[in-house]
Amino acid sequence: MTAERKEFRWIGKRPVRPDGVDKVTGRAQFSADFNMPGQLIGKVLRSPHAHARIKSIDTSKAKALAGVKAVITGADFPSLPDEWVGAGRVEGNFKYFSENIIARDKVLYEGHTVAAVAAVSAAIAEEALSLIKVDYEVLPHVIDPVEAMAPDAPLLHEKMITRGMKTPPTKPSNVAKWAEFLMGDPVEGFKKADVIVERSYTTKAVHQGYIEPHAVAASTSADGQTVVWCSSQGQYQVRTWVSKIVGLPLSSIRVIPAEIGGGFGGKLIPYLEPLAVRMSRLTNRPVKITMSREDVFRATGPTSGAAMKIKVGATKDGKIVAAEGEFIFQAGAYPGSPFMNGLMCSFAPYAIPNVRTWGYDVVTNRPKAAAYRAPGSPIAAYAVESALDELAKKLNIHPVDLRLKNAIVEGTPSYFGPKFGSVGFVETLEALKKHPNYNIPLGPNQGRGFASGFWFNGGGESCATVNINDDGTASVIEGNPDIGGSRASMAIMAAEVLGIDYDKVRPIVGDTASLGFNHVTGGSRVTFATGMAVVRAAEDAVREMKERAAMLWDISPDAVTWEDGFARPAGDNAGKHEPLSLKQIAGQAAKTGGPICGHASLNAQAPGPGLGSHMVDVEVDPETGHVKILRYTASQDVGRAIHPSYVEGQMQGGVAQGIGWALNEEYIYDKNGRLENPGFLDYRMPVCSDLPFIDTIMIEKPVPSHPFGVRGVGEVPIVPPMAAVANAIHSAIGKRLTSLPMSPPKVRAAIDGDA
Amino acid sequence: MAHVVLPQVIVDRFTTGVAEVEVDAKNVRGLMKALDERYPGIAAVLEDEMAIAMNGSIYHDAYLEAVGADTEVYFIPRIGGGR
Repeated sequence: MTAERKEFRWIGKRPVRPDGVDKVTGRAQFSADFNMPGQLIGKVLRSPHAHARIKSIDTSKAKALAGVKAVITGADFPSLPDEWVGAGRVEGNFKYFSENIIARDKVLYEGHTVAAVAAVSAAIAEEALSLIKVDYEVLPHVIDPVEAMAPDAPLLHEKMITRGMKTPPTKPSNVAKWAEFLMGDPVEGFKKADVIVERSYTTKAVHQGYIEPHAVAASTSADGQTVVWCSSQGQYQVRTWVSKIVGLPLSSIRVIPAEIGGGFGGKLIPYLEPLAVRMSRLTNRPVKITMSREDVFRATGPTSGAAMKIKVGATKDGKIVAAEGEFIFQAGAYPGSPFMNGLMCSFAPYAIPNVRTWGYDVVTNRPKAAAYRAPGSPIAAYAVESALDELAKKLNIHPVDLRLKNAIVEGTPSYFGPKFGSVGFVETLEALKKHPNYNIPLGPNQGRGFASGFWFNGGGESCATVNINDDGTASVIEGNPDIGGSRASMAIMAAEVLGIDYDKVRPIVGDTASLGFNHVTGGSRVTFATGMAVVRAAEDAVREMKERAAMLWDISPDAVTWEDGFARPAGDNAGKHEPLSLKQIAGQAAKTGGPICGHASLNAQAPGPGLGSHMVDVEVDPETGHVKILRYTASQDVGRAIHPSYVEGQMQGGVAQGIGWALNEEYIYDKNGRLENPGFLDYRMPVCSDLPFIDTIMIEKPVPSHPFGVRGVGEVPIVPPMAAVANAIHSAIGKRLTSLPMSPPKVRAAIDGDA
Repeated sequence: MAHVVLPQVIVDRFTTGVAEVEVDAKNVRGLMKALDERYPGIAAVLEDEMAIAMNGSIYHDAYLEAVGADTEVYFIPRIGGGR
């Protein structure tokens, strides 16, 4: 279902993606597919302890083993200052980033890298790992973020003082940062409420679950130039991290992006690349390292688990008058959970006059949290949207109507400061009410749930080149790894501007030497920001072609227009000239001034936020507690769907991941802080047979800052599902589950009255 | 004059309680310069830690963005994936 649109030639069509054939035939090159002559195999030694001091590391026996070419530890990397640097490209604390990649004086989670080896074979590298002797002093550990906040909790970072407080504490703690947002007077606001809901919720850390494990190959030539092949969500990000962590100039590193088998935020952060580069530079040979699935679970970032307290109050007519939320987010071993996003996104969809949110970024002995689709927002939405469902039921108002009564519109002030611009939230709710699934009767043990969600969406730096070929085709070079079909979107937008057929445009993802800096594939920014760069580059090529036509016609470029791939005289005053096609102009490029190339570089600003509303029907098996998803409907303001199939795919993918987060996914640790389920057999992600077809409703409310109105679509679909499923379970069994995952034992316990 | 609303965390550090100020600036660069002249050191922190919101849109690292005469300017934490 799509709102009325202006007619375009290619925008909104569904052509085959340029990378599709290679991917379905197995020809596409992912990072583990790269192999080079003389290549060494790298292996990583990981900590068996959740928290321990490294007293010494003896690598002498490993180094002496025949076939071993390099053994590295934290001592082989520069010490970086403990400072938070920003903004934009290098935001963060590189001391923490570096120590997460290879431990220095302490290991902070099971799986933390302690040393790495490069050898002529995998077997020799494995044997070398067994010869490295690490003397650990095992320390008490803490996994749960609330327990980590206790005054007597084991300290991960002995000198860490909470940031963000007006008066900084004098003693170190595991609370890395505190923040608060306040609008109005919640205390007074709650006095006006006829109904108040107050409840606590918890979520567990979940992994992004990308199918392709991390892998890298790095090669250094005799002149010190290093080339890195890896799949990531940003080749420029990898280059920056390698530069800072290994200590090299950016100009000596070239990162070539491989195809990527899923990232979802988890491949914004390099893990293996600095290790491979360091060993490649030590040996002057290519070094390849691949992670196993177990490595991925033990050592790469999940998103945060959280503990939250929500309070919302409304008048009898359903007007929410006050809201409060406390959000404790688990950062993992180093600071940097997305708690700030949680604070801002939690109540963002609603116009509430009195709001206070506050939260804590808490370090714990588990892998450092990494971004995961709309980082922080799904966690907060689970709590807030569950509380709103409870509020609606207490008020005897339909949950969708409660949301409609309080929905933000253009001009609504947010509690974190600015007023909202163009948003299509109301439309997403109204579309749900009109969908056939809204009125399907439910059977025994079945329930229907609703929830909504908000995500900011991103912009940022992008550049692109459009080369016009002399046979009338065009090549587009962009700098963002294609995760969700962005090459197709880039080709569509270029074809639309150039006025030629989609299949005459070939997009590629360039390496770090091909283009200037491009920010990551993340934050739902690529079709918006890089798309804007591609449009501007194509327009630049059109401008150049108009100049070439003007030269051939001996008229001013201002007297030339561009329509449907042809230069035409702008009017009778421009003289009588036969239109020149793109191919004709390109064929004479040598005579008229040389190659025709359009280029654009920009920092895309003012992305429109994403809002979505979901509806799910479930059936609960009262015997086993198993929750079956019967049908699911996702409604979203998508701005402008450049390639609707890939927009729908993003919506369906977000929902699928959200259902896994809701029902099954969690890390299980033993009493020593060791992960017990580091594989897909025991870490239960949904598969096709767990899911129904996911219906999508695309609302098109174009974003004014983008030439075609693009709005990021990849993240907000994961925000509502956990609460929607929880609310559906409540409708089915009359019990509210306040702790994720809502796995069969918990559902059974709720039915039995034990939860 | 643009109407600038400063977040509490910035007010606590730089402005001794002043949360809203009027600033005459043509663009974000000029706005930062004017704020820094009034409250030394504020611009570096705002640029490192904050995004700017104007007229319903959010801007990161946007020196060139125009600031209208009646624009309401807000600062919010930079949007990121968690660092």
